[in-house]
Amino acid sequence: MDQILSLAATNLLSPIILSFALGVAASLARSDLSVPEAAAKALSIYLLFAIGFKGGVSVADHGIDAKLGMTLLVGIILSAGLPIIAFGLLKVMTGLSRLDAAAVAAHYGSISIVTFVAATSVLQSSGIASEGYMVAVAAAMEAPAILSALWLISRGGGAQRMDSDLWREILLNGSIVLLVGAFFIGWITGEEGLREISSFIVAPFKGVLCLFLLDMGLVAGRGLRGRSGALRPGVLAFGILMPVIGSSLGAAFGLLLGLSTGGVALLMVLSASASYIAVPAAMRVALPEANPSIYLTLSLGVTFPFNLTLGIPLYVAVASALTGV
Amino acid sequence: MKTHQAKRVEITIEAIMQSRLTDALRKAGVTGYTVLPVLGGSGRSGDWVRSGEIGRASGMVQVVCIIRPDRLDGLLEAAFSVVDKHIGVVSILDCDVVRAERF
Repeated sequence: MDQILSLAATNLLSPIILSFALGVAASLARSDLSVPEAAAKALSIYLLFAIGFKGGVSVADHGIDAKLGMTLLVGIILSAGLPIIAFGLLKVMTGLSRLDAAAVAAHYGSISIVTFVAATSVLQSSGIASEGYMVAVAAAMEAPAILSALWLISRGGGAQRMDSDLWREILLNGSIVLLVGAFFIGWITGEEGLREISSFIVAPFKGVLCLFLLDMGLVAGRGLRGRSGALRPGVLAFGILMPVIGSSLGAAFGLLLGLSTGGVALLMVLSASASYIAVPAAMRVALPEANPSIYLTLSLGVTFPFNLTLGIPLYVAVASALTGV
Repeated sequence: MKTHQAKRVEITIEAIMQSRLTDALRKAGVTGYTVLPVLGGSGRSGDWVRSGEIGRASGMVQVVCIIRPDRLDGLLEAAFSVVDKHIGVVSILDCDVVRAERF
């Protein structure tokens, strides 16, 4: 418990979390501080490229692990299965309609790549190694949750709009293409490639992450300020409970797979996080009648801050304890 | 200068639906349109601003078409097949254009 509290305190006072807190506070206080849309996108492109590249270099260094395929498969299973658990919880804990519950559930099966990036940064600061291919697992976990949510709707006789364009947008959305593309570039070029661009993708990484989380704080604070009325107590409680359930499943599977401490922690983070980029866009197309105020505010305004501040140190500490590090 | 009557249709729609809308318009023979960014707004679904957003789920765009009055119904049918269940606004204004052959 001391270790968890110590890691949580260190994490809470890190520049990354304090930048996020500044964004939330500025937004709630109605400051005119804002990050232009183009700048926010540029920061996200940088982070995705850097994290993908470094993951690829790690795989190039350590070779392909036999666990890679199994971990990818487990990631897909978790992504497809978590929405079903989330949907059941939502039906018990909240009065959400089937449509809204399915839309929310999809977010909790998919992943938040920003939470993943922040977790890798915490692991790096703590000197805990992780499997480089967890980047590929993150990419694999984006889409299956969407299919599960649509299955939940069609099972209840509801209508959903799934077309080939949406398939393309889900599977080839910019985040996935960049993350996986940078992963392969890092894998192909290895340490030599990293040396060539390390002054760009290694040294400035945390500073850029701070600015990006400042922006995420502004967006999250704005969502909470404007849409918090959409969330009832049961829905809010779900936003905290579901990450704990997801991370527990992630820990169990991570241990079964024999992942390293960092790998278990990252699988916990991926299972605990909720999407707010790919899934909301897919839900707007496939389930336009679902209320975006509920799933966007819950994912970005409740679960994301929980994971960023308390969740990540908790998951890292639990992973360390479970793997005996 | 001689001017000609036309209809200006402004469709404010979720950014994620933009390509579906413009594809539907093209299929209906409407090949001329302009897509404008929308910075923010407020409506039945709440307030929103574009700044800082990295996803497309909460953004809006405006598609503007200027057409001959006799083509209005075809355009609206094509547009409504896409936008009927989505957040947005469709408005139609009378306007005058100088070069009628272009519309």
